[in-house]
Amino acid sequence: MAENNSSLLDVHDLKLHFRASAGIVQAVDGVNFQLNRNEAVVVLGESGCGKTSLAKALLRLLPRNVAEYSGEVYLGGEELMGLTDEEYRKQIRWVRMSMVPQAAMNALNPVLRVGDQVAEPMMIHAGIKKEEALAQARDMFSRVGVSADFLHRYAFELSGGMRQRVAIAMSLVTLPDLVVLDEPTSALDVLTQANIFNLLKRIKKEFEVSFILITHDIATSSELADRVAVMYAGQIVEVGDAESFFSAPLHPYAQKLMASVPRLRGDQELEFIIGKPPSLIDLPTGCRFAARCPRRFEKCDQDPPVFDMGNRRIVKCWLYEGN
Amino acid sequence: MAEILEKKLKDQDFSDTGALLQVKRLHVWFELRRFGFGHAGYVRAVDDVSFELKAGQAIAVVGESGCGKTSLMKTILGLNTPIKGDIIFDGMKLSELDRKGMMEYRSKIGFVQQDPYGALPPFMSIRSILDEPLIINGVKDPKERNERIRQVMEEVRLSPVDDFIEKFPHMLSGGQQQRVVIARAMILEPKLIVADEPVSMLDASVRVEILKLLENLQKSHNLAVIYITHDLSTVRYFSERIFVMYAGKVAEKAVVDEILNNPLHPYTEALLTATSEPDAANARIYKEVPPGEPPSLVNPPTGCNYHPRCPKIIEGLCDLEDPPEFEPVPNHLTLCWLHKDA
Repeated sequence: MAENNSSLLDVHDLKLHFRASAGIVQAVDGVNFQLNRNEAVVVLGESGCGKTSLAKALLRLLPRNVAEYSGEVYLGGEELMGLTDEEYRKQIRWVRMSMVPQAAMNALNPVLRVGDQVAEPMMIHAGIKKEEALAQARDMFSRVGVSADFLHRYAFELSGGMRQRVAIAMSLVTLPDLVVLDEPTSALDVLTQANIFNLLKRIKKEFEVSFILITHDIATSSELADRVAVMYAGQIVEVGDAESFFSAPLHPYAQKLMASVPRLRGDQELEFIIGKPPSLIDLPTGCRFAARCPRRFEKCDQDPPVFDMGNRRIVKCWLYEGN
Repeated sequence: MAEILEKKLKDQDFSDTGALLQVKRLHVWFELRRFGFGHAGYVRAVDDVSFELKAGQAIAVVGESGCGKTSLMKTILGLNTPIKGDIIFDGMKLSELDRKGMMEYRSKIGFVQQDPYGALPPFMSIRSILDEPLIINGVKDPKERNERIRQVMEEVRLSPVDDFIEKFPHMLSGGQQQRVVIARAMILEPKLIVADEPVSMLDASVRVEILKLLENLQKSHNLAVIYITHDLSTVRYFSERIFVMYAGKVAEKAVVDEILNNPLHPYTEALLTATSEPDAANARIYKEVPPGEPPSLVNPPTGCNYHPRCPKIIEGLCDLEDPPEFEPVPNHLTLCWLHKDA
């Protein structure tokens, strides 16, 4: 897979398990996906499916109670899992891969001026002087639509949308290849949300950056998606291009999820999924969705492999065996 | 005697419609003080809002954060005191209620909060959470209370009841917690439910389940519902009318289909444009939404409070004069100068 020269990120069998008092939490459990340059993939999933842990695993922002962290991650052909923490910090994080954390509005440091916060990664990673870094931060501010006057303000003086723009500026200053966006707009108002997505679309073109957008919001995820990956109980159960996915998802979970999205117009009956996802501590042996699946059959007691449907579309469901 | 008569006459401007809830020219302004004293202006959270709601009707109040929808809701619940205007609910006039009257008033309005986990006391079992309103409102017989609790839990489909009744909130999933919140709102058999973003904290698959539950309860109990939300795409699944709020005012009022298909206020248009549907084509286009943010409620702009962002501004009018309510289409009201000739 890695031989494709436009390929930016290849993730093979990535695992991130945590130790908890009740047992091992298998938050990310054998995730595979691939992302091209200047492409945006949406990781869709409900709360507790492990999507934020996936972001943390990719950026190696790990808590102390990690039980297992394994797999292979290639960024532009270079294997990342073999790097030491120090090498990873110096060469990868915020140099080639950065992140806009969840609730970015609260992720800013309240006692530093926002301009300094945006300049900081450049001073650390590119080793440039503060004045120059601030000049670049000013430039970045104008590109994300924040007035340069705001450089000297503190986070609390900014509105939610402005803070989100600052967090995006912070993730872009070192011109990384890949930005992970964790629920970038879920705390924002509808109009602000639309403005932020307009900004992200422009940035994607302008900076030729790739995005991994982690979200539970199916409708707004389509604003940015080139490809969609659906996550359920620690695993990715379907990956496909946005066009095919939004018109006809394959995995029964993805189908149900799409049927639960309220639409502005049209009269289709909304559906919901009965039951709740399995605990990540005590996972079933077969297909993890089987207990809630309307199309379950005998084979579902065994763990399904990933079936390649062609055209970079994969699905982890026995229904597609032999296709 | 003359006083009573006069009061009765005054009341008549309110009580001629048989509506369950009447909100009349409601102004909820919060006073700002400098250094703890000394007047420093007002936050105009709700600025001249009037509407009526009949028994069994559901309305949705849609708007962005800070538009005053929560202040409006809290005032209806009797938690804020309006500085002008009044609310009449089921024959009770909010401004004239004493302590006892207030208790009765509140017992007839159920409240469904946004964040179910934050709304449930973590140290109380589901039984005691549902017991408390009954005790406070004087249901003395424990047997009767127990029956009522079981009945309401069945209604919100927390069944089998025995699996849930002794549990604590943290043992339940988000959807189940929200059912407990709804059960608590329903337990005194209210006539009106105020639901403040009841599904915004829930996952997509659970969201629909809760919306359907609310819809069933509304129909089976002939409940009036005020559904407060920022998400236009969920409203049509269970309200009849939409009120679009912007900066403390109701910018547009109409039935759901009218708002969706024929929005009259530019703000409503922007909201509709900004609301996404899952469609791969979205990624290829930029949305035409106005930049900027809602105005300060302390110093609202002169004229229409949307004019600084409005793409259809009429210079010399919108920026100077407050728009009155126009009715260009029957029963479709809007505060917008564009419709002045209609």
